[in-house]
Amino acid sequence: MVTSFPIVEERWYVVLVGRRLAGAGAVVALVAVMAPWVTGVAQAQDAKVLRAGVTQDLDSLNPFITVTRIGTELTRLNYEFLTTYDPKDYHPVPGLAEKWETSPDKLTWTFTIRSGAKWSDGQPITAQDPAFTFSKMMSDTAAATANGNFTQGWESVSAPDDRTLVIRTKQPRSTMLALDVPIVPKHVWEKVTDFKAEPPLPLVGSGPFIVQDYKASQFIKLKANKDYWRGAPKIDGLDFVYYKNVDAEVQALVKGDIDVMNRLVPAQYDTLKKDPNIKLNTGAGRRLNEILINPGATSADGRPIGDGNPALKDPQLRRAIALAIDSRTLVDKVWGGYAAQAAGYIPPGFSEFHLPERTRFDPAEANRMLDAAGYAKGADGVRADKQGKPLRLRLLGHAGTNLDEQASKYLTNWWRDIGIAVEPQMVSDQKVNDATTGAAFDLAFSGWNANPDPDYVLSLQTCGARPNADGKGATPDSFLCDPEYDRLYTEQLQETDRGKRVEIVKKMQQVLADRATLVILGYDNPLEAYRADRWAPFQTQPADGGVILNQQGYWGLYSATPGRTTDAAAPAAAGGSGGGNTGLIIGLVVAGVVVVGGVVLLVGRSRRRGAADERE
Amino acid sequence: MTDSLAPVEESIAEVPPPSRGGGVVRYLLAKVGGAVMSVLMVVVLGFFLFRVMPGDPVSIMTRGRPVSGAQLEALRAQHGFDKPLLVQFWNYLVGLVHGDFGQSYAFNAPAGVIIGERLGPTLLLTGTATVLAAALGLWLGAKTGWHRNGPLDRGSSGVALVFWSIPPWWLGVVLLMIAGGVFPTGGMQSPDSPAAFFPHALDVAHHMVLPVFTLVLALYGQYQLVMRASLLEEMNSDYLTTARAKGLRDDLVRRRHALPNALLPTATLVFLHLGMVVSGAITVEAVYSWPGLGQLTAEALASKDLPLLQGIFIVLVIAVVVMNLFADLLLRVLDPRVRAS
Repeated sequence: MVTSFPIVEERWYVVLVGRRLAGAGAVVALVAVMAPWVTGVAQAQDAKVLRAGVTQDLDSLNPFITVTRIGTELTRLNYEFLTTYDPKDYHPVPGLAEKWETSPDKLTWTFTIRSGAKWSDGQPITAQDPAFTFSKMMSDTAAATANGNFTQGWESVSAPDDRTLVIRTKQPRSTMLALDVPIVPKHVWEKVTDFKAEPPLPLVGSGPFIVQDYKASQFIKLKANKDYWRGAPKIDGLDFVYYKNVDAEVQALVKGDIDVMNRLVPAQYDTLKKDPNIKLNTGAGRRLNEILINPGATSADGRPIGDGNPALKDPQLRRAIALAIDSRTLVDKVWGGYAAQAAGYIPPGFSEFHLPERTRFDPAEANRMLDAAGYAKGADGVRADKQGKPLRLRLLGHAGTNLDEQASKYLTNWWRDIGIAVEPQMVSDQKVNDATTGAAFDLAFSGWNANPDPDYVLSLQTCGARPNADGKGATPDSFLCDPEYDRLYTEQLQETDRGKRVEIVKKMQQVLADRATLVILGYDNPLEAYRADRWAPFQTQPADGGVILNQQGYWGLYSATPGRTTDAAAPAAAGGSGGGNTGLIIGLVVAGVVVVGGVVLLVGRSRRRGAADERE
Repeated sequence: MTDSLAPVEESIAEVPPPSRGGGVVRYLLAKVGGAVMSVLMVVVLGFFLFRVMPGDPVSIMTRGRPVSGAQLEALRAQHGFDKPLLVQFWNYLVGLVHGDFGQSYAFNAPAGVIIGERLGPTLLLTGTATVLAAALGLWLGAKTGWHRNGPLDRGSSGVALVFWSIPPWWLGVVLLMIAGGVFPTGGMQSPDSPAAFFPHALDVAHHMVLPVFTLVLALYGQYQLVMRASLLEEMNSDYLTTARAKGLRDDLVRRRHALPNALLPTATLVFLHLGMVVSGAITVEAVYSWPGLGQLTAEALASKDLPLLQGIFIVLVIAVVVMNLFADLLLRVLDPRVRAS
């Protein structure tokens, strides 16, 4: 049935493929193991380049567009702002502007731009650059995408000469020294027509590091700006290297592929304590975590929206709900101790504005309050609302988020103790987002990263933050709309005396606690780590209990100095290089086994082929 | 081989030779037409599916940063969300015809460009791994099936089952912890990768070792088990007895007679998997921070980047449909019985 001719062909083919595969396998393995020597991956050991791990995708390198954490960090490194925040305590300090003064009516701000500073392409920096940047943001909606809120309420911007910048505002504004706006070079950007487009690389900047190269989800390369006006950085370059999960990032730090990382979770942080080459850093929290209590939400035009339980319109009920939360247990059990107990709305990381009075935990008092207000307990221990219906509430949380998943178990127990039945619903981030902006919740987890200037997080609780009837057109938080709070908000915005403004902001936090449309759960600490065997200590911000990465400025990365951090480097300091050698030896053994295996396979194949030829 | 079998097939099917040419064309047209229809349906489905998903893209874009109501409205208008759904769909179709997937808002770049950037790394990683896994799996499957219940069969089939059952991401993390010092802990190239081709290729190969190894371990088991099973089905066939009666050595009976027949179901399996190659191995890409399409899908979902999601969806589906088409056509070449029917 079958002639021998095609069979011979097929056999040759099979043999050929078999040999090629074995040979290719051996070559690939050899090449892969040899690669470090040939390409000199040893460069990674070169301490003149700092490698920072990063997980978040970069949305844009355009300073008018970017809003992500990594994007704003890059703009801070690449562009000097008009003023920046002191590394020790966040108070505003000179940036491009070396000094400033306000007119008696507090409506005109005159900034003096420092002379002698240069763009990275050698052109001088003048007052024309900030004037161009701000005017563009006021006239072109595309240029206002990321930072447009900063120029709201401005009358005009002008540069009468190369060292003077004059800004006139319609109302007095206390936020004029907190303008987080990257100032771009006019001579580059005046040729740009589409302010949404990506700028060509390398960028032209004025900060300590300049972005040179970017490969999405792979790396971002920056070069030290040798002409930086504060003085050249002590390193040659800075690489952000992408890791798609924090566990791999931790491995990269331990193996030495990166030098510094942040956003560790408590378990990883505790594991790294044993590593003598790693120095850990934690600071005061800059993020507030809260539970929103829907107070009968209304839209911007005052009409009710959403489906919040009407019983929650009663402030006494909301206060009782707040009193039943034990922040201390959450700090210990959910955050592993790496957090601060709940107090004022502004996080303790910004200590100047933070209201330090801790929120109370007193379930007995909460029970008394509810009894007095007429919420009678039923046979099943659940209280009835004023209409006689049992008090059953939904608690909305982000699925897969450690805080929401774990804290919801504690919270439901605490609330059951005061006679309120709460059902946790863990859903996708998008669903939580939709529900909270449309007020379709009773209780919900939320949280905000605060800034050195508290204006924005404070504005979230004003009447103006409420959305339109479709639940769109604004960024609401707790749907509070309180005349006293709004009055204080306007006052703090117009108060240019910092001391007085701090007092107003603290009073606002007391009002928030009293209205109980939100309850603070606590403030998680940022957890960071770096290679102590390669780097001297970094400048943290604030100096005491501050962070290295994601600062409100460039101080941490700008301060990077090759060397050692001694207090972490225990006796086993030689472990790093020893580990490298062990790695190489293992690699060689693996390569050897693969090569020998390939050869055996090859020889076996040809021998069998020989035998078959003989037989036929 | 096919030529020598042709007369047999014709006598069974009793199809007159002249009509065969037209049959091939009709067969081809039907298959290709079906594939095109599938892709078109997916274009429609993809558009509406991602819009049913919860989440307002504009509020996701702006969550956690200062924006005014006017800015939100401007964003809505800029991305066309203020238009009726059908108008949005029409604009989307017009864009597609011009090869434009739309502008990704998570990356501020054309979605087509971003997908193109990620397609290469994914094909490189999962393509290499699939080829290696298929080669290893088929070879082991043939060996173990033929020597059923031998020591190799008992040992390696067990091992294959174990690796097939282990979640790839877990295997990846373990390998990363063991060999992370020898091989890079993530990415496709180092930031200071040399520009010259050969050193650059070496750098990429070095980065590929761990993810490819993980994927091969995760994938080869199924090929081995399917190959083993289909070889076992052929074991008692009459034609093998005939071959043995001719005096052929056992090894030759296996390679020349049993294997080609046993390969048919496995070839289909390999092609179906090749279609899936494009969607990548999301978990392995995540563990090794590989800049591939699987990762991109996860990122696009998280930010509800509609143009990007639709683009990815279409590319993935085209890959699967095209590979299915290839599998159909190849089976016709490999198996005379398909051609006859």
